[in-house]
Amino acid sequence: MVAIVEYGAGNIRSLSNAIERIGGDYVVTSDPSLISAASHIILPGVGQAASVMCGVEERNLTKLIKSLNSPVLGICIGMQLLCSFSEEGDIGLLSVFDNRVVKLKSPGLKIPHMGWNRITKLRGPLFESIPEGEWFYFVHSYAPVISQETVAVTEYGCNFSSALNRRNFYGTQFHPEKSGAAGERFLKNFLNIDK
Amino acid sequence: MVAKRIIPCLDVHEGKTVKGVNFINIKEVGDPVELGRGYAIQGADELVYLDISATLQGRRTFLSLVKRVAKEINIPFTVGGGITDINQVSALLDAGADKISINSAAISNPALIDSISGKYGSQFVVVAIDARVEEGLWRVMSSGGQKRSNRELFEWADEVMTRGAGEILFTSMDHDGTKNGFAYEALSNLCSKLSIPVIASGGAGKMEHFARLFKEGGADAALAASVFHNGEIKVARLKEYLAEMGIDTRI
Repeated sequence: MVAIVEYGAGNIRSLSNAIERIGGDYVVTSDPSLISAASHIILPGVGQAASVMCGVEERNLTKLIKSLNSPVLGICIGMQLLCSFSEEGDIGLLSVFDNRVVKLKSPGLKIPHMGWNRITKLRGPLFESIPEGEWFYFVHSYAPVISQETVAVTEYGCNFSSALNRRNFYGTQFHPEKSGAAGERFLKNFLNIDK
Repeated sequence: MVAKRIIPCLDVHEGKTVKGVNFINIKEVGDPVELGRGYAIQGADELVYLDISATLQGRRTFLSLVKRVAKEINIPFTVGGGITDINQVSALLDAGADKISINSAAISNPALIDSISGKYGSQFVVVAIDARVEEGLWRVMSSGGQKRSNRELFEWADEVMTRGAGEILFTSMDHDGTKNGFAYEALSNLCSKLSIPVIASGGAGKMEHFARLFKEGGADAALAASVFHNGEIKVARLKEYLAEMGIDTRI
């Protein structure tokens, strides 16, 4: 059972629909016991860093999320939440990943970065059967910097981490639930990661 | 680099996809979900569903259609048509829409743009603008192209951006349905003046029209309906062609 964590971020329906399409069982919850018992946990995306961090604290999920041992996937703002600090609201985050989240420096380009872009320098089990340079769907103005935990890189005037991994924690800046067949492959790969 | 997007548009009337020419002479072209799924498989980058039902029952049918689309389609989709207040917007978001598009309501109540983008983020708000040339000026039209507004295209586009629109969908009524190409010059001007993406609509007839649109810097995305519904242009072939022409395209 996948736990899709309800913590005040939007876009839960898109994600639950995508999990249904690939045949996964899920529950949408902020209940700590259900989250702890889940085989996989997803922190969905869309929102603003400071308000999302607030949503996590209000539900007393800060410690719980950091202590999870099952595979955890943060999507968009859900991944940023797992980083150390965001320039969006100048706020400290959960620090599962060391990366800072910074405003995209894309001179002459439109912000937010919205639409389909390529992911490159792919590493790890999330990208099984996904070719280098595959297209995924993005909507964001902030992104994590590049670090040793970067497992995918995207270029939009500057390079940023489009996916991160540390131990059982994974994150994507793109929205796999909106990224067509490649996105569904990606979500299947995540559900195939064993504890 | 972000890809240029190809967006088939599905006009929905009482639950069925339809197509009119110059906003009139409507005829049925099929089931909206099946058509949308077909386009997604072919490589469409997004879909737009516009509700052109005039009745309350038609609106309810549309909301249940949006739920079906959200369940079955794996690419982003925008919904619009007849949205006048934020409660309708919330219902469409809950039904699973990725973006909403407003047109006439934005003209009569521009603050609606501020309130939607304030509540759900600018990435959620597309402002559609229908315009035609009158005495050398691009006159903005409302009510499905039937009513003149007192707005001019460029100042109105700038205002909607300032109010928080995330994208602009510009339809040239002079080009819509003609299949003679897009309003290249106006689109190019619009694109250079705005710092948000512009979706071009109206006039697509041949694959060359899309290439010219993107090469001349006229838009971030192209929207079309009849050429896709009639099968005159296949989305998959169009995208291969654009890639051959050196345009960044998702294949």
